[in-house]
Amino acid sequence: MKNPYIPYEARILEAWYETPGDRCIKTFKVAFADEKVWDTWNHRPGQCAMVGIPGVGESMFCISSSPTEKGFLRFSIMKVGKNTSAIHELEAGDTIYVRGPLGNWFPMDEWKGKNIVTIGGGIGQAPLRPVIQYIRDNRDDYGELTVIYGARTSADHCFKDEFQDMMACGDCCCHLAVDVEEENWPHFVGFVPQLLMEVSPSPENTIAVTCGPPIMIKFVLQNLEKLGFTPDQIYTTLENRMKCGIGKCGRCNVGHIYICKDGPVFSYAQIKDIPEAFA
Amino acid sequence: MAAKKLSKEKVGEVLQELSKFRLITPVKSDDVVIFREIADPQEAFLDYGNSTVPPKKVVFPQTETLFRFTLGNPELREKNVEEEGTTVIFGLRPCDARAMSIVDKLFSWDFEDPYYLKRRELTTLVGMACVQPPSINCFCTSLGGSPFGKEGLDVLLVDMGDHYLFQSLTEKGGRLEEMLSSYLEEAPAGEEEKASSMEEEAKAKIIRSIDPQGIPEKLPSLWEHPLWKRVSDSCLGCGICTYLCPTCHCFDVQDEVERGEGRRARMWDSCMFCEYTLHASGHNPRPTRKERTRNRISHKYSYYPKRFDVIACVGCGRCINLCPVNIDILEILEQVVEA
Repeated sequence: MKNPYIPYEARILEAWYETPGDRCIKTFKVAFADEKVWDTWNHRPGQCAMVGIPGVGESMFCISSSPTEKGFLRFSIMKVGKNTSAIHELEAGDTIYVRGPLGNWFPMDEWKGKNIVTIGGGIGQAPLRPVIQYIRDNRDDYGELTVIYGARTSADHCFKDEFQDMMACGDCCCHLAVDVEEENWPHFVGFVPQLLMEVSPSPENTIAVTCGPPIMIKFVLQNLEKLGFTPDQIYTTLENRMKCGIGKCGRCNVGHIYICKDGPVFSYAQIKDIPEAFA
Repeated sequence: MAAKKLSKEKVGEVLQELSKFRLITPVKSDDVVIFREIADPQEAFLDYGNSTVPPKKVVFPQTETLFRFTLGNPELREKNVEEEGTTVIFGLRPCDARAMSIVDKLFSWDFEDPYYLKRRELTTLVGMACVQPPSINCFCTSLGGSPFGKEGLDVLLVDMGDHYLFQSLTEKGGRLEEMLSSYLEEAPAGEEEKASSMEEEAKAKIIRSIDPQGIPEKLPSLWEHPLWKRVSDSCLGCGICTYLCPTCHCFDVQDEVERGEGRRARMWDSCMFCEYTLHASGHNPRPTRKERTRNRISHKYSYYPKRFDVIACVGCGRCINLCPVNIDILEILEQVVEA
């Protein structure tokens, strides 16, 4: 039996900053030191992994690459605490440790044939990126793809180059927002829930997936319901402090659910009556 | 297997025989009784009520290494629990054994926890029936337990006065019985019936109780109820209720490094601590003792049964006996019933 507490050694292939500031976001592209790990590694969009450094600790992050992107995993990590600050010190060539894949995933198979709308805010785009990438790599399996994304300023946008590419490519409909007016910003100015109403996607044969700060999620959920989306058409991810990632250490529960094991992906129908899910 | 008789004079020899294993017994240490490994059978203190600290730490240590590493070397050296060797816990109470069988469900759910499960596999539990309820706050009978309960035990001993009635209950128990056969005698006729009536007498002496029927389903509906503020107002957040609880299993994971040598370890944590759920962002989904108390009670009496079909409380009464401000889980549950 493989010990689920022992992480895999991995090498950082590339690392770059997505956003500036105190709480900057840095993306790491990593590959396992032992290539044989790929034979059994089988993650799906939405799944997570514990990423860390022995001697410092490990934290749970969503895997921000799609399984259709081969030979590496991506993690986009905001610098907020002890572990993330230490991880931010690492550069290409450095060693990092990865334990996973953990948790559940977006039901991409169930969604085949449907239109998909993703609604992201700030670092909340990280778990949505594999969904978008997966659809773009299996384009014929899905209907229209609408990507709605916003952050405080244009500098705070993650994955800027990829959004430029999506704007130009024609295989999806991409809508960007900044919270406040800025010079030379050609797109929407305002909050993501407002942009959602502006885009006003039809709920017909459509799934909406939203990730972002709690306050954004709250209003996105309200607006999706106004647009006619039912709770089982809406998906989101939850997060909490985690230590084990495998449903043992206890702390990530909301009600009877362990986010690390039963989540992080939930339909709104599954969690709307669990008060602690939005605590 | 037919019950045997273990004469009290032979207990020393039995413990001597068992000391070829890692032998854990109750030990008196100042005013408290704890479970720890003994080197000399004389240390065993078998004439006790219940231990202050439950023996859960034998299978789930308060701090344990997950793996070791040397800074600058990518190799992670997994802790080998097997090295700890075969263990016998001699003289634990039925509630504490039952607690282990409840916690087994968590550690074997989905991902198997190799450290805990290996220790469980290596450990034989020799229980000691409670002829007298050890505390006025015992309520095991409310939750499906019994002062003579056998769940989780490999052997049950019943104090019959000058000897113990020795009942082996599992394969592990059978192996132990075989090993100790030279110290065991045929049990006198009618002893098992006598033990049954002693069990009924012991049950009748338990004075506190709660009817858990309906509580698991009711708890989620009381989310915003004022009772949570009321019952947690006096809480100091010290966490003793969780540290002394035989079913509490929450842990933290921390890395420690000293002069280049490090380990990743896990250690008991408590849902009553503020840091337990504190996000790196500073947000805390359970910011006050009200939310934390609500979680402690709901976890034991609602979330755990919802997932594992059993209430994560065995009615040992330790959290009531030792709370510094007299918070009483039965009083809280009574308020839940009345709410």
